[in-house]
Amino acid sequence: MITFIIKGLLRDRHRSLFPVIMVTIGVFITVFFQAFMGGILTDMVDSTARFSTGHVKIMSRAYMENEDQLPNDLALTGVDAIMQDLKQKYPDITWVKRIKYGGLLDIPDENGETRSQGAVAGFGVDLHNPKSTEISTLNIANSIVSGRMPDKPGEILISDEMARDLKIALGDKATLISSTMFGSMAIYNFKVVGTIKFGIPMMDRGAMIADISDIQEALNMEDAAGEILGYLPGGVYDDKVCAKIADNFNAGYTDNESGFAPVMSKLQEISGLSDYLALANNMASTIAMIFVIIMSIVLWNAGLLGGLRRYGEVGVRLAIGEHKGHVYSSLLVESVAIGLVGSVIGTGIGLMMAYWMQTKGWDFSNTMKNVNMMIPLVFRARITSVTYYIGFFPGLISTLLGTALAGVGIYKRQTASLFKELET
Amino acid sequence: MKNGQLITITDMVKDYPIGKGYFRALEDINLTIGEGEFAGLVGPSGSGKTTLLNIIGSLDVPSKGDANVLGHSIGQLNARQSAQLRNHHLGFIFQTYNLLPVYNVFENVELPLLLLKMEKNKRYELVNQALDWVGLQDKRKSRPAQLSGGECQRVSIARAMVKQPKIVLADEPTANLDAENSHNILQTMETLNRDLKTTFIFATHDEKVIQYLHRKISLFDGKVAKDEQVKK
Repeated sequence: MITFIIKGLLRDRHRSLFPVIMVTIGVFITVFFQAFMGGILTDMVDSTARFSTGHVKIMSRAYMENEDQLPNDLALTGVDAIMQDLKQKYPDITWVKRIKYGGLLDIPDENGETRSQGAVAGFGVDLHNPKSTEISTLNIANSIVSGRMPDKPGEILISDEMARDLKIALGDKATLISSTMFGSMAIYNFKVVGTIKFGIPMMDRGAMIADISDIQEALNMEDAAGEILGYLPGGVYDDKVCAKIADNFNAGYTDNESGFAPVMSKLQEISGLSDYLALANNMASTIAMIFVIIMSIVLWNAGLLGGLRRYGEVGVRLAIGEHKGHVYSSLLVESVAIGLVGSVIGTGIGLMMAYWMQTKGWDFSNTMKNVNMMIPLVFRARITSVTYYIGFFPGLISTLLGTALAGVGIYKRQTASLFKELET
Repeated sequence: MKNGQLITITDMVKDYPIGKGYFRALEDINLTIGEGEFAGLVGPSGSGKTTLLNIIGSLDVPSKGDANVLGHSIGQLNARQSAQLRNHHLGFIFQTYNLLPVYNVFENVELPLLLLKMEKNKRYELVNQALDWVGLQDKRKSRPAQLSGGECQRVSIARAMVKQPKIVLADEPTANLDAENSHNILQTMETLNRDLKTTFIFATHDEKVIQYLHRKISLFDGKVAKDEQVKK
């Protein structure tokens, strides 16, 4: 009987092609949308982790409360001891210290007078240590537009956009005007050895990258840092692991009521990222549910139309002794076949398009110049294990559900009217 | 069943509810139809022919009285049992053929055997035999749309006969056919009746069919007005 049903499906394009196309389109959209939205959100979270929060982040309690102001006067002290302790307790985790700072970058002319000046949002990171992971974490080497990596004290990278705006050339002297950890004015001379573009609008507007030891010296932050970041092995965030580490770490400071006592937060707790991550986690199931509902309604209607077309066929089958349940189940078998074919094709096309979008990306740089989020300029899809089944099962279920609803009419048919019905 | 009687109808009444009342479609029907009969329910429109055919075919149930078909009291059967009775023992021929358009002649005839879950070799044997009976071996791969009306009705006969049922019920089988095709069809059915002892029961008011009947059961206003054997 299955062969008989499949033959009918293959020969009757109204019965097979139209529903298969419907399912294929629905599954394709679901697969591609999940991969694309997932890619954007993951990139956003990933960028945030790399540039701002790490997977876990240690700050002083007071610093954390005013983090947006980059209050280096509230920075962590005794950082080397904390780092050593962390490396001993959690050797698999990569621990890095950073100083974020704001200030003015003054570019003098040959007479030492200000030629141009601009605001900078700077990073003091470990650039000179050959074992440092910061160059790869922040993708610094690959983001250099012109010049080279700083390899001597006093050398800096600045954003390419700022270099153009302030007409800064490689080798130019640049003076950072900021405030020290103790509140006094900090003036420190650097040499621009390269320009950089991260592809993240917020970072590319006025970034200044210097070695952390230079910044510590410039801002009088000896053995101090604004924050210590921890990255899990493989660079993949795991909320449970991070929560456990943070709880353990914070438990050691519960008796310390000082505002300068360190406190560890996990990625989800920082910068409102929990909402984004929750959105990312819920997106797959939300898309799948919407798809199932919409496609079920569409396929229900398609099934009703098909039922009208096949009214005679069903009538004959009932008349010659096929039980209603058998007719109904044969329609369900048809729908499973249609759902399987449509879901496989839709998933295949969706994966291909997602792969293309993962490789090539979609450049939004022209429309995102003023965005203040850690979001990349090129949106890329990301194929995960979920992408392989996010559309497949909803495609199958909605086809089955749509047919199941449409096929209920079979049970309402009166066999007593079959002769009359089949005369027309 | 006794003495070769396949159908025994006793004091049967069929009412259809209309509003608060009912319409009596059949009244006081008493009939017996035996094995190998070539009988017709004859009468004008509204006389109750199709209603009676429906009940004999276990597509409907009597309101009162009893209709016993092949030892089964139709009123006592549930939907599944009715379907099984039709599937195993009854064949149906419709006025408009009702062949499945996406299947070829062979597959249309094969359908009732698939429902009986018969093995492939046996199915092929029986379908080929049925196509031989109706002379359509050369059209076995054709789709219904490629056949004439007469050929479609012959496929319909093959489909009804393929499982070699005890009873074949035909509702106005020649209504859509010209005279020549009608005679061909009726001759085919008459031959099958004679050779296989299959009981044929027609519901018709077509004179072409009536002249072939061996027994004419005339219905009028839901009652059997006359029941006569026709000498051939």
